[in-house]
Amino acid sequence: MTAETSAQPPSARSPLDWIRRFLAAPAVGPFLALLLTMAFFSLKSDRFLQGPNLSLVLQQVMVVGVLAIGQTLVILTAGIDLSVGTVMAFGQIVMTKFAIDQGYSPLTAIALGILACVAFGVLNGALVTGVRLPAFIVTLGTLNIAFALTHIVSNDLTYPPGTSGASTLPSQLLFFGRTFTVGHTEITYGVVLMFVLFALAWFSLTQTAWGRHVYATGDNPEAARLTGIKTWRVLLSVYTVAGLMYGIAAWLLVSRTELGDPNAGQTTENLDSITAVVLGGTSLFGGRGTVIGTLIGAIIVGIFRNGLTLIGVEVIYQYLVTGVLVILAVAVDQLTHRRRL
Amino acid sequence: MRDPKRRLTLRLSQRTVVLSVVLVAVVAATSAIVAAASATTGSESAKVKVGLITKDATNPFFVKMHAGATRAARQLGASLTYAAGKSSSDNAGQIAAIENMTTAGVKGILITVADGKAENAAIAKARKKGVVVIALDSPTVPQSATNALFATNNFNAGVLIGKYARAATKGKKVTIGMLDEHAGSSVGALRHNGFLKGFGIKSGNSQIACVGNGEGQTAPSQTAMENCLQKNPNINVVYTINEPSAAGAWTALKNAGKTQAATTIVSVDGGCAGVRNVRAGVIDATSQQYPLLMASRGVGAVVKYAKTGIKPRGYTDTGVNLIAKKALVGVRSKTVRYGLANCWG
Repeated sequence: MTAETSAQPPSARSPLDWIRRFLAAPAVGPFLALLLTMAFFSLKSDRFLQGPNLSLVLQQVMVVGVLAIGQTLVILTAGIDLSVGTVMAFGQIVMTKFAIDQGYSPLTAIALGILACVAFGVLNGALVTGVRLPAFIVTLGTLNIAFALTHIVSNDLTYPPGTSGASTLPSQLLFFGRTFTVGHTEITYGVVLMFVLFALAWFSLTQTAWGRHVYATGDNPEAARLTGIKTWRVLLSVYTVAGLMYGIAAWLLVSRTELGDPNAGQTTENLDSITAVVLGGTSLFGGRGTVIGTLIGAIIVGIFRNGLTLIGVEVIYQYLVTGVLVILAVAVDQLTHRRRL
Repeated sequence: MRDPKRRLTLRLSQRTVVLSVVLVAVVAATSAIVAAASATTGSESAKVKVGLITKDATNPFFVKMHAGATRAARQLGASLTYAAGKSSSDNAGQIAAIENMTTAGVKGILITVADGKAENAAIAKARKKGVVVIALDSPTVPQSATNALFATNNFNAGVLIGKYARAATKGKKVTIGMLDEHAGSSVGALRHNGFLKGFGIKSGNSQIACVGNGEGQTAPSQTAMENCLQKNPNINVVYTINEPSAAGAWTALKNAGKTQAATTIVSVDGGCAGVRNVRAGVIDATSQQYPLLMASRGVGAVVKYAKTGIKPRGYTDTGVNLIAKKALVGVRSKTVRYGLANCWG
């Protein structure tokens, strides 16, 4: 119980309390921020709210969005994953190289790429649970390992290699970049997949015993262990599922850029995925947060990049705004939850 | 019983008020900055919209390119939108910028691609929507992925410094260190291969002791050169992708006890800081290129397209000159004074 609720009966709560409680509800704060952002840009640019533009924002968000699902799971267990971007880069190089150089069937190549990412997830999980190393250190290590492997395996070549420029990647690898039309708006299949994955993650986290165990382990691992939860198994499963997400994100990235790029995943993806999670209201201390918040967080970042370009502001201001938003999100989280401690 | 709680509530609310005031101030300040930026760079619907995308926003070469494009846009009554990757290999950032500018209704995009191929799919989509795309400085692979290329002939720029280095070390035992940009850099490959051609050797020649990646920046280039010197301390000819890279390489060489007289460093760009380094003897020769010209011609071509419907095509050489303090027999070069009069940054 909180100090506030034990001190006053519910009927005596001030309007401020109600506002605070409303804001503290999962994903409400991020959702309001999203609405405000959208309202701002729709006032400044008549192109912003058009279907094709909103579809474009989602398309730009899909890779980071799927990475951020994995990141959310890890952060819910009070960990952090710095290797997301480079593990994804390794996955997409494996996919494209095997499909072209080694002559594997496209689906086998995709499966191998995803498996490579899952292997990294298992490695991260095993080191965190088995050797009890901090997630920050483990994933800092795997970030560099995956980065190196990406360049070694690709031999620093962009796939498909050669100078023809015409994409010769098999169509299966590019599937999620294809579109279907609703009204006058083209929707990318990858965006649909992202939403499906978010729905699955939401269901698993809120409606299954596994999900409850993830929250419990993140909130207080010792208490979780004493209630009979095998916390090491939960952690290992979280990192493995996260690896699976990075593998799928790799496929989405190949579909979006139509090639395997050894330089992918180095600059924006790691921090963008953490930004999305934090903007979405998930606590970096673990045990509290939702994937729906993460989805909204990822979209907010995408909307700023798109909206600022539409109104003619240089992209550098996006970073300024994102920085302020991150601090704001954590501050609001602290304000609304401090009394419960 | 109630008092401590009341004090707690009071303390919390004071803290809440202070924090809220700080947050509101931060948000207000940010909004003001963004609004100001929007007011100065904001577009007016009647003007021709031109987009400029560079590899990063901090390299003086791109800063100058941005300045040149801004000036040309103002003179021609066009409005310029600018974006850049977070680093020189940020393909995702460039792709998003191409898409967003296309949605914003630009008539043309001028781009220095981070990778020869990674942006091609996004460029093709933009062109399909009627946007003219002009590559500045760095060509796409294939070059036909863009409507036109306005650039220095980077291969020739490499050949010029390669010839100079050969002439400067005539009769000496040569050990070469090469600092490239990063894997996949089309402009990096052209300058690298041009240098080898000018020097008269092939890739893999035993005189090449080390090839490192310096990202075209000073600090990573210093690290790369330090490592090269560990591999072979006799390096006395250094090729660098650009002048910030040359500055980093020189720091490493100097720390290793090398003298300017005993080492030959060549580079490409012709930025003012770089030409000053030529004057100081740090860089022996550099191929000077003209980013202002690339940018202003690019803006001009887009405005012409908007007015006449004529699309720019093919390759336009924006010129290159070798700048050297000491002229050598058999190698045509311009003086440091000329370099300083025409430098950028």
